[in-house]
Amino acid sequence: MSRFSSRRGKENPEVSTASLPDIIFMLLFFFMVVTVLRDSELKVAVVTPSATELTKLEKKSLVNYIYVGKPTKQFQEIYGTSPRMQLGDKFAIVEDIPIFLQQHKLNVPESQHGGITSSLRVDGNVTMGIVQDIKTQLRKSGQLKVNYSAKPRAEELK
Amino acid sequence: MARKSSRDRMKNEINAGSMADIAFLLLIFFLVTTTIVEDKGILVMLPPWSEDEPDITKLNTRNVYSVLVNANNQLLVRGEEQKLRDLKNNTIEFITNPQNKEDLAISPDKAIISLKNDRGTNYKTYLEVYNELKAAYNEIWNTESKRRYDGRLYEDLLRAEKKAIREDFPLVISEAEPTAFGEE
Repeated sequence: MSRFSSRRGKENPEVSTASLPDIIFMLLFFFMVVTVLRDSELKVAVVTPSATELTKLEKKSLVNYIYVGKPTKQFQEIYGTSPRMQLGDKFAIVEDIPIFLQQHKLNVPESQHGGITSSLRVDGNVTMGIVQDIKTQLRKSGQLKVNYSAKPRAEELK
Repeated sequence: MARKSSRDRMKNEINAGSMADIAFLLLIFFLVTTTIVEDKGILVMLPPWSEDEPDITKLNTRNVYSVLVNANNQLLVRGEEQKLRDLKNNTIEFITNPQNKEDLAISPDKAIISLKNDRGTNYKTYLEVYNELKAAYNEIWNTESKRRYDGRLYEDLLRAEKKAIREDFPLVISEAEPTAFGEE
């Protein structure tokens, strides 16, 4: 036993650093995956309707999202069950839209301001009243490029 | 005892060769499990805000295709109830007017679709109607582009060619302020 331990002491082993780059890459990939796809947390339940004539939104940085739907279970105690609007990650009213659009504009280079699109992610069961108010507010704020977010549809119409 | 000595003679390093494989394995795992949320939808240009509503009653009634969606999600097209699945083909007929009927659009570039809804209309129904109207125009554009540019689809056309078609078949959907029926 004593012979064994002395041999090991003489060899002076080193931890290999060859795997270090891989570990770093692994972490890098992990953070890339997590940060890019993290969307603002939804506080309203949104099931978008389905449609056929869809356009894909190309540049994510030019898109701002407006969510409309019933508040989810945990917020129903405070906000009730009637449809509410969510801007960014908090509940908002229609009058907050201009400020929200302005805040988004600050993050976009001026040359690309014309390409800014507002994506309305609205639940299918919401009535048009609130949607109409949002549309009017968007028109008043000069944000005319609007996307009605929808899922692709396969089945026939009834 | 002999076995132990042979182990000692080996180089005391962790084999790093497989590390890269593990990293790739993890990378692939994340690639597969994360769904990239892509946003698709119906792209619309809203009209600029003006205080007074555009008055479609001044237009020639034969050029106006009025579509009404009420709070019960029923569809009224030019005063008659219609099923959603017929809307697209009827719209195409209205715009192109192949038989030169008296009551349909004089020419495609004069045609205007007037869409009106109640505040109580379901968003889903509204979007389905809008989708059908857009589908009608997409089909017209595709037929026209196939005819003019030897079988190419509208999507594959150059910008100028698209513009030429759009000038002859402009998509005009005028949305009136909704009536306040059936709001929650």
